[in-house]
Amino acid sequence: MSASVSTLKKAFQDGLAIPADTDFENLTYRGIPQWDSIAHLQLVMEIENNFDVMLPTEDVIDLSSFQKAREILAKHGVTLEA
Amino acid sequence: MTFEQLLELPVYGVPQADKDRILTAELNELTAHHRAHCEPYARLLAQLAPGDADANAPWETPYLPVGLFKSHALASVPPEDVQLVMTSSGTTGQQVSRIFLDKETARRQTLALSRIMQQVLGPDRLPMLVIDARETLADRRNLSARGVGVLGMMNFGRQHLFALDAQMALKLDELKAFLAQHGDKPFLLFGFTFMVWKYLYEPIREMGLDLSQGVLIHSGGWKKLQEQAVGNAEFKAALRQACGLRRVHNFYGMVEQVGSVFLEGDDGHLHPPSFSDVIIRHPETWEVLGPGEKGLIQVVSALPRSYPGHSILTEDLGVVHAVDSPEVERMGKAFEVIGRLPRAELRGCSDTHAFGSAR
Repeated sequence: MSASVSTLKKAFQDGLAIPADTDFENLTYRGIPQWDSIAHLQLVMEIENNFDVMLPTEDVIDLSSFQKAREILAKHGVTLEA
Repeated sequence: MTFEQLLELPVYGVPQADKDRILTAELNELTAHHRAHCEPYARLLAQLAPGDADANAPWETPYLPVGLFKSHALASVPPEDVQLVMTSSGTTGQQVSRIFLDKETARRQTLALSRIMQQVLGPDRLPMLVIDARETLADRRNLSARGVGVLGMMNFGRQHLFALDAQMALKLDELKAFLAQHGDKPFLLFGFTFMVWKYLYEPIREMGLDLSQGVLIHSGGWKKLQEQAVGNAEFKAALRQACGLRRVHNFYGMVEQVGSVFLEGDDGHLHPPSFSDVIIRHPETWEVLGPGEKGLIQVVSALPRSYPGHSILTEDLGVVHAVDSPEVERMGKAFEVIGRLPRAELRGCSDTHAFGSAR
């Protein structure tokens, strides 16, 4: 399945409650105050709902940046196009 | 060994002799690291274990009494690297422990806990009932120890339902809806031991709800339940009888060593994972005790780098029942926590004053 990278940005926006003009490529877990462990669970839910995937525990813990999110989605057969 | 290599070891599959050897190296490295990066620790160490000699075994590693994390701010990272300060719950009037976490130590804790929980939960996240109120997480900048525990466990679940309202009343309709949707396949329940008993078990004991597919993970200690003569055996028997819940795992852990928790196995005893261990000491002489002998629990862990908490003498009493027992699938120690050392004895024995004076 392929999807748009803007869908992933939207998932981050909704999951972490951050603005649309965020520097997504440099986002990291705990790198901004909004991305704490509570928001992390929200983010996982947004990603799962938006891309129709079920992330195992390992991926939830590994999901530490916007870049990582792309890699994890790729592992689950979702390629992101600009 | 790198931390990643350490995590690759079978969590409950390392024989005690190998584990002692591996942990000795890890603990020596941590002692040297904290001595170099935490000045108050270095000063304490100069009194506790003069000379910089390496330990030859885990039980030779110098240990700090757990109370020191209440009286001293012990960090091995500069303040700007501290991401999170965890505090213990502590009863009224008592000082609380302050534990300083940087990104790396927080990451190690999360990975370690995940390795342990996957031993009983498997790789997939399960639908999850949190036996607590959502309000526990309301103040996200200042989470209680309970909140930290709940959040840490929520990583292992999905479609979380907080089963209690802010007044600690069971949300029965929502619980029934959850069970209708998820109750026929494995699901996770997590809560603090006393709350599971009082706010879940007691309200539903006569209702005949079916929780037989559930896996309950619980922690927090038995003190309140012991007053009602409920111990681990009674707890498990009651849940099995009331709602068919058979897979129940207690764990022993503390804010001073988050991540390396001791999870109950099928034998009903607690088991240290490959990256941590318990050592039982005589409450007065602090001499190391063997299996079958009750004493104070010392906990050692390869996780803490941002604070010197890799070797801690707790105020809890315990006993090792077996080592590398062939009767269970888990290698290493099988132990039980008996309770807390009474306050009066504590003053007599753990002599925090002498340690504290090294300030």
